[in-house]
Amino acid sequence: MGILKTFWGYRGFILGSVQREFQANYKNSLLGAAWTVIRPLVMIIVYTVVFSQIMRSKLPGVDSEFAYSIYLCAGVLTWSFFSEAVTRGQNVFIENANLLKKINFPRMCLPIIALTNALVNFVIIFALFTVFLLVTGAFPGKIFLALIPVLAIQVLLSAGLGLTLGVLNVFFRDVGQLSAIVLQFWFWATPIVYPINILPPFFQQLLNHNPMTHLMAAYQQILVNGQRPDWLSLWPITLIAVVLCITGARLFSKHAGEMVDEL
Amino acid sequence: MGTISVRDLGKAYKQYPTRSARLAEWLIPFSPPRHAQKWVLQGLNFEVKPGEAIGIIGMNGAGKSTLLKMITGTTEPTTGSVNVTGRIAALLELGMGFHPDFTGRQNAIMAGQLLGLSADDMRSLMPEIEAFAEIGDYIDQPVRVYSSGMQMRLAFSVATARRPDILIVDEALSVGDNYFQHKSFDRIRAYNKLGTTLLIVSHDKGAVQGICDRAILLSGGSIAMQGSPETVMDYYNAMIAERDPANVQQVLGHDGNVQTISGTGDARVIKATLCDEDGKPVEVVKVGQALQIQVEVEAFADLPELVFGYQIKDRLGQPVFGTNTFHTKQLLQNLRTGQRVRYVLRFPANLGEGSYSISFALHDAENHLAKSYEWRDRAIVFNVVIVGKDHFVGLAWLPSSIEVQRD
Repeated sequence: MGILKTFWGYRGFILGSVQREFQANYKNSLLGAAWTVIRPLVMIIVYTVVFSQIMRSKLPGVDSEFAYSIYLCAGVLTWSFFSEAVTRGQNVFIENANLLKKINFPRMCLPIIALTNALVNFVIIFALFTVFLLVTGAFPGKIFLALIPVLAIQVLLSAGLGLTLGVLNVFFRDVGQLSAIVLQFWFWATPIVYPINILPPFFQQLLNHNPMTHLMAAYQQILVNGQRPDWLSLWPITLIAVVLCITGARLFSKHAGEMVDEL
Repeated sequence: MGTISVRDLGKAYKQYPTRSARLAEWLIPFSPPRHAQKWVLQGLNFEVKPGEAIGIIGMNGAGKSTLLKMITGTTEPTTGSVNVTGRIAALLELGMGFHPDFTGRQNAIMAGQLLGLSADDMRSLMPEIEAFAEIGDYIDQPVRVYSSGMQMRLAFSVATARRPDILIVDEALSVGDNYFQHKSFDRIRAYNKLGTTLLIVSHDKGAVQGICDRAILLSGGSIAMQGSPETVMDYYNAMIAERDPANVQQVLGHDGNVQTISGTGDARVIKATLCDEDGKPVEVVKVGQALQIQVEVEAFADLPELVFGYQIKDRLGQPVFGTNTFHTKQLLQNLRTGQRVRYVLRFPANLGEGSYSISFALHDAENHLAKSYEWRDRAIVFNVVIVGKDHFVGLAWLPSSIEVQRD
């Protein structure tokens, strides 16, 4: 409870920092805030129009013009959120070394700010994607709300992983380098740009052990097929997320003091 | 509120022999520690009462910053404890966290929030902050167009917008122009009168003697002495003088002054000490105090002629006074290699408040232009403080009086 109270006291700082980082990107540009929409918009257009209209990619088994685009967006957009949150989390203490060394404030604010920033970016791009779904008539309906618990699991996972890596990265800078590579590899080892059923059975088996496969499948299931995800398949990743959060929090509380000496 | 209690405080940094040693220590259960501890502070004990003003002095590397960091709570002690009551404001890193692209107002609000004030608090304090910083319309301009002085003013105004129970002041305050320096010191003094505990860290001995009730001298990570500012300062001066000339040069170098030494080296100043009239080394000098500089010169070649000169410069390097033994008709002739000459320069410190340096020159003939044996800039740096005299401004102390007649 005490820690929540502290955060409440610093809510102004947390929100202000989120807003500042968000604004800082376009502060001196002519188009201003429009850039925060233009960039994701272009990305959505590339994924949708280019793949559906120009390359005419089809999703095996689904007979819809936009099926592959939606499949792609469902995975890529959520994965980008995941990888942005983890990357920001793992660098957050190093980037704010000066602040940590010089000013006494609740240090946990920093990962929260990093996560919130990634969330804001995700909400913008996902809102655009939702608009696209509505316009093309591919909006899945009420089942859309099932995204919320899936996203919650993902946020928990990115928070736990980001914090754990963030603390480790202060002491072992290799962690940052390595995790960038692992994230890349992990992306391609997860059925995001390709459907899992185009793989040989052996690899399908293998990818089923990747917990992210099920998380991404849940998004794809909701958005492409408009069906309830296989909730049971999400248990392992939820467990991993909780364990990572506890690990991260323990690492942090144990090494927070030493961290400042090391930075 | 406003007490600081330091008990058996110590800080050691971990030093691992290799990068992988830490990993091994973390991963292998029940493994013995694989790091060496590098102690920067050890066995510190002191109490600060509410409303007291304490000066913390010591050379670079004595552990002053580490002590402050533990008092403000950014660094955790390795042994012992620091107990602080009340809110601390630290003027250690002014302008920390300012973002250049945001306006002064936005940054001020943000900085306040980082100190734990709410946005509403900050909005109500804003008019006061603006008024104190005196930066006018710039408050709504991005901070990147500010001069460093303006940034400093704003940062100081924010940090001290609300009277803290404990105020920690580092040398940060030497930034900004004189006017603002005085204004900010006035505010610090006023807060102190209202009950704020002050902790001042400075190389500027004038400031310590001017404000503090008590001084703590740190040396080599422990308290070498604590007591009245004057006593501690004297001790500090002596401690510096104890060292051999090579070290003293380094000491002098730490306030940003680097000695520049040039010349053929045929004659050298091997020792130079600034002393009071009794020959005791000093570094802080009272206005009007009788001073002597004891200089030892050695000839490293046979010299037909030797002139010794000295020059007192203010902190901007402007000469205040200078002369040499040519002008005083005391030049020496026919020195042999290895011969030593001792000069004692006597003068009253009829100087204004501030920092001064003394340069030495060894040459032949009237000036060093023809043949310079050695030219040593900033060989001695000292501070002049106004003690026992009414306040005055300027570089020179002119004993003066004002006659007032009122009809």
